[in-house]
Amino acid sequence: MHPVLKTVLGRLGLGLATLFIVSIIIFSAIEMLPGDFGQAILGQAATEETVAAFRRELGLDEPPYIRYLQWVGGAIQGDLGTSFSGRNASGTDRSREVIDLIAPRLWNTLFLASVTAIIAVPVSLFLGITSALYRNTVYDRTINTTTLTTISFPEFFVAYILILLLASLYPVFPSLANVDASTPLNERLYRSALPAFTLTLVIVAHMMRMTRAAIINLLASPYIQMARLSGASQTEVILKHALPNAWAPIATVIAFNLAYLVVGVVVVEVVFVYPGVGQLMVDAVTSRDIPVVQGCALIFAVTYILLNLIADIIGIITNPRLLHPK
Amino acid sequence: MNSKAQKASPLIQINNLKIEGFSDEQWHPIIKGVNLTLKRGQVMGLIGESGAGKSTLGLAAMGYTQPGCRITGGEILFEGVDLASLRDSEKQNFWGNRMTYVAQSAAASFNPAHRLIDQTTASAIRFKIKNENDAKKDAKRLYEALNLPNPESIGDRYPHQVSGGQLQRVMTAMAMSPRPDLIVFDEPTTALDVTTQVEVLTAMKNIVEEFNTAAIYITHDLAVVAQMADVIKVLRYGNEIEEAETRKMLTAPKEEYTKSLWSVRSLEKKPVKVQKPILEIKNIDAAYGKFKVLHDVNISVPRGSTVAVVGESGSGKSTTARVITGLLPQLSGSIEFDGEVLPKRLEDRTKEQKRIIQMIYQMADTAMNPRQTVREIIGRPLEFYLDLKGKEKEKRILELLEMIELDGQFIDRLPSELSGGQKQRICIARALAANPEFIICDEVTSALDQIVQEGILKLLMRLQKELNLTYLFITHDISTVRAISDQVVVMNLGEVVEQGLKSDVFSPPHPDYTELLLSSVPEMDPNWLNNLNKKRD
Repeated sequence: MHPVLKTVLGRLGLGLATLFIVSIIIFSAIEMLPGDFGQAILGQAATEETVAAFRRELGLDEPPYIRYLQWVGGAIQGDLGTSFSGRNASGTDRSREVIDLIAPRLWNTLFLASVTAIIAVPVSLFLGITSALYRNTVYDRTINTTTLTTISFPEFFVAYILILLLASLYPVFPSLANVDASTPLNERLYRSALPAFTLTLVIVAHMMRMTRAAIINLLASPYIQMARLSGASQTEVILKHALPNAWAPIATVIAFNLAYLVVGVVVVEVVFVYPGVGQLMVDAVTSRDIPVVQGCALIFAVTYILLNLIADIIGIITNPRLLHPK
Repeated sequence: MNSKAQKASPLIQINNLKIEGFSDEQWHPIIKGVNLTLKRGQVMGLIGESGAGKSTLGLAAMGYTQPGCRITGGEILFEGVDLASLRDSEKQNFWGNRMTYVAQSAAASFNPAHRLIDQTTASAIRFKIKNENDAKKDAKRLYEALNLPNPESIGDRYPHQVSGGQLQRVMTAMAMSPRPDLIVFDEPTTALDVTTQVEVLTAMKNIVEEFNTAAIYITHDLAVVAQMADVIKVLRYGNEIEEAETRKMLTAPKEEYTKSLWSVRSLEKKPVKVQKPILEIKNIDAAYGKFKVLHDVNISVPRGSTVAVVGESGSGKSTTARVITGLLPQLSGSIEFDGEVLPKRLEDRTKEQKRIIQMIYQMADTAMNPRQTVREIIGRPLEFYLDLKGKEKEKRILELLEMIELDGQFIDRLPSELSGGQKQRICIARALAANPEFIICDEVTSALDQIVQEGILKLLMRLQKELNLTYLFITHDISTVRAISDQVVVMNLGEVVEQGLKSDVFSPPHPDYTELLLSSVPEMDPNWLNNLNKKRD
């Protein structure tokens, strides 16, 4: 077997192991949350018997490890359980499958993340590479200062400034990004413009600075001096000699930021009233809707692990020592 | 070659060149007004100790200065064009086209991400000297001319897939590919083992002669430069000491400094009477993980003598030292010191057993804590082994400093305030502080300039006589072995090939490997390489 394939399979196995451990942590953390769903729904007035019966109905009376196994077993088959909300004391059950609650929200989140990534990643790479190329010039300093400024403000601040500028003073884009499944693509893009722009401003600095640093770090290598003494122009030195050896750190920081786009954008969702998965999770925590919370947490974990796995694999396949062993 | 060279016009004319480098927040002169004339097809050797400015001058001949350096005066005329006055973007048309560079460390100077053949042909293709197809065909011819194995396919490999000696030859092919007028060789064989060095030198010499390329050959090794150069220029502290035709320079150097460079190799040790063994290594096997490095090694070290362990990289000589000190417990076999078996692991040895064996390392720089003063560095073993404190300790430190020929004012210095030779002396004092009987010297002079080396070797010999010390002297440098050893152990691939008195090991008949090793050591005779290759053919 090719050693790269072997390493990749190894990483995949490690990823699965990490996911397993994370699932235990998620489950235990939620077990430790104070309060009780039954009590919260039925109110302080409910008798202990009613609460107990309600808990039995939801399966909350089972010992934790049984409930964990049921949950994980279901999750493996794509069933994240049934939401607690929609039930009430009167016995009517309008509850929905967790998967049905999460799916449209997740789709929205992934859409926003993809739009942002499609803009932000090429922009950061371009800015990072050019600022390495023209390092210590006015261009480099301007780029650095600007990106640092945007990352230094809290997201909601950037968001409100953009609303003020691009929705209020110069109404180019809508300030509300309320989309649903029936919104056509171009309308969707139009409405998501401001949140995507906000997120781009937030993540570009990190990726751009890392790209710049990774390339500049390599410029001190003897093989760069060699390339220059072979007549390579500055552009060729950077693109052909430094960049191919810099992909591993760049991929890592891109993965980190993409993961953030999926799991960490609740503030931006709130500002623009964008129906993403972050808001769903926050709502679920407030209403103690445990299956939804667990489902969201698990999806976040999968996102993180998957993106980091991809970054790892990029690091491996761009390393000639691993790709072409002796 | 000389007659050819003399007829030709000057290719490079450097006039009163001055270069400064930036360090410690200020500019220091590195080259202080040097002139240099190189004719077409001529090979000039630049020699000098570290800090002489020879690399800076060699690169300057290409109009290149390293980051942090600047040209502050003079001209660099390449066919009449002053490179010093051109911008980088203009000089790019010369680099890789009319002039190329061969760096010291081929392993670090190849881009790990590209195949060798692409790197070899990049310049020739860039400057449209050849089209891609022809350039690749030519590269393969060069590989063959440079005696590389599988010349047809070796170019498809990546840098990490071939050995250091092979990479150095590929780099020569790369330098030759655009058929430049000038190649600058910057210590191209310094990092290689002697047996590999012979092959690389031969390949470079032949190819430079074949294409009548002018070259600047930078090195600190006189014997190497004697094989390569038509003329030799000696530099010191950024100034030219003298320049002369190679044979003349070797036989009749004018300047005192040059003579002192030449005389270093004349050091010789008087044989001592063989005493009873102090250390006996018996049937040692050792491994790093699953990788076995030592196979049934037996070495006996007589008291009061110097036993030199010679071998190339990977021969297991440093591993032997690690086993003796207990840093790497052996798999089997035993180590006896004064007839007493030493525990395998350092942790199991008593303080006394640790005290009697001390070690001095190759890189004095990294063997000392940069934040400790000389007082702390030497004082620590005094306190640890001998329980000396306060005034007694201070007195002993000063005694030790006197023994290593440094005066008392050094006691408050930090390692960064010492020269390379002084640092190594402090490491010797630190080893002596424990009052050891046996000292392992692991390549202690190989990072030092020749003149400094001589001083350290003389010091070690004097200390041996005064304190009846026993040395195990690990080195790859045969001339050091000739200078200081009583007995010699030749190692290859983790095995002892030969051992015995120096006079026996160095006189024929030799085992095959010893023969190869000894015959590969460059000699000052400019015909040495040619004669050797004739003999080997």
